[in-house]
Amino acid sequence: MAWDRNQMAERAAQELEDGMYVNLGIGIPTLVANYVGDKEITLQSENGMLGMGAFPYEGEEDPDLINAGKQTITELSRTSYFDSATSFGMIRGGKIAAAILGAMEVAENGDLANWMIPGKLVKGMGGAMDLVAGVGRVIVVMDHTSKHGDSKLLKKCTLPLTGTGVVDRIITNLGVLDVVEGGLKIIETADGVTEDELRAATEATIV
Amino acid sequence: MKKVYPDAAAALQGVLFDGMTIAAGGFGLCGIPELLLQAIRAAGTKDLTFASNNAGVDDFGIGILLQTRQVKKMLSSYVGENAEFMRQYLAGELEIEFNPQGTLAERMRAGGAGIPGFYTKTGVGTQVADGKEHKDFDGETYILERGIVADLAIVKAWKADDTGNLIFRKTARNFNPPAAMCGKICVAEVEEIVPRGSLDPDAIHLPGIYVHRLIQGEHEKRIEQRTTRKREDA
Repeated sequence: MAWDRNQMAERAAQELEDGMYVNLGIGIPTLVANYVGDKEITLQSENGMLGMGAFPYEGEEDPDLINAGKQTITELSRTSYFDSATSFGMIRGGKIAAAILGAMEVAENGDLANWMIPGKLVKGMGGAMDLVAGVGRVIVVMDHTSKHGDSKLLKKCTLPLTGTGVVDRIITNLGVLDVVEGGLKIIETADGVTEDELRAATEATIV
Repeated sequence: MKKVYPDAAAALQGVLFDGMTIAAGGFGLCGIPELLLQAIRAAGTKDLTFASNNAGVDDFGIGILLQTRQVKKMLSSYVGENAEFMRQYLAGELEIEFNPQGTLAERMRAGGAGIPGFYTKTGVGTQVADGKEHKDFDGETYILERGIVADLAIVKAWKADDTGNLIFRKTARNFNPPAAMCGKICVAEVEEIVPRGSLDPDAIHLPGIYVHRLIQGEHEKRIEQRTTRKREDA
């Protein structure tokens, strides 16, 4: 037993507090918006929007209204729009309380790799480097291991970095870990997962 | 001085040359200067360097200039949607300088605002920082990034008056204002040119001082990822 995608998103939503301005990455992080409940969370989309709404009803898609994943979305009564330089001004300037992002690898010192596999994946970092360097808190949501069963929580990242020492908390299918002095600290384990199982699936030092 | 031109080809007359650098607005396919890109394709200008967040898709946006091998180099943050781009890049036929998205936007804004360089902590400790000046401020390390001044900026807006005051619509604003600012010449394409005096001066997103030439045209405005919810879910 472990958490599935939706349970990971639900757990990540617990990190958010009423009134926060937050940036959600693509993939599981996007699902976090489904679990914020009564909390007023304002989602930033780095292409130039605060107050991102749900997907539009069929037939109401607007080509001028997309999120950072290029998906059609809607606005809210509190939405504001701005240009990309202003958008990253608020990111770099520390105005965004938290970013919830996916990752390929995280190291025990908080290094993050999530943008490039040399020779294979040539897509680019998008806004990820700006986000991890600028926002108040970086929460990574990711599978604990690769398809081959190898730990993605490492002593040292093997892929090109997105940022150094930037990750605060990691939420995986097996549990929640914080980056602390000397390594990772287990905060909780997922339903049906023992601490021993989590340790066995982790290459990074657990303190 | 008259800024309004009859079409994209006329608006680009005399400003295109081989090897030039062009800053383009747009994010994905949203708010891209699609008519001006088509006109650059038709003009056949070669060895172009584009500063643009994305590279379009295979048959739309900057993608149409990749098909014709008119692009030598891209300064972009994300090019994942373009298979032809990937093919040319992996074959060594196309150069790419990946810029973090906010760094790219600020490089354009700074270049247009007379700022030749700025320090940012974005990218410190990554390959983006390789070869760049590092400097500590208040105990944190930053890297020096250069402002971009492009030979030409091409942007898309929603409405303009004949003096080039621009208003954008929703998230189609994105890179358009900073791209416009950094061009030695800026050509804008809009959906509607309205009579002088009909735009609220307090609501202008980009003052006409940044816009030198202007066209009105029909835009396809293609949607890249059509995501919806069903009405029953309401």
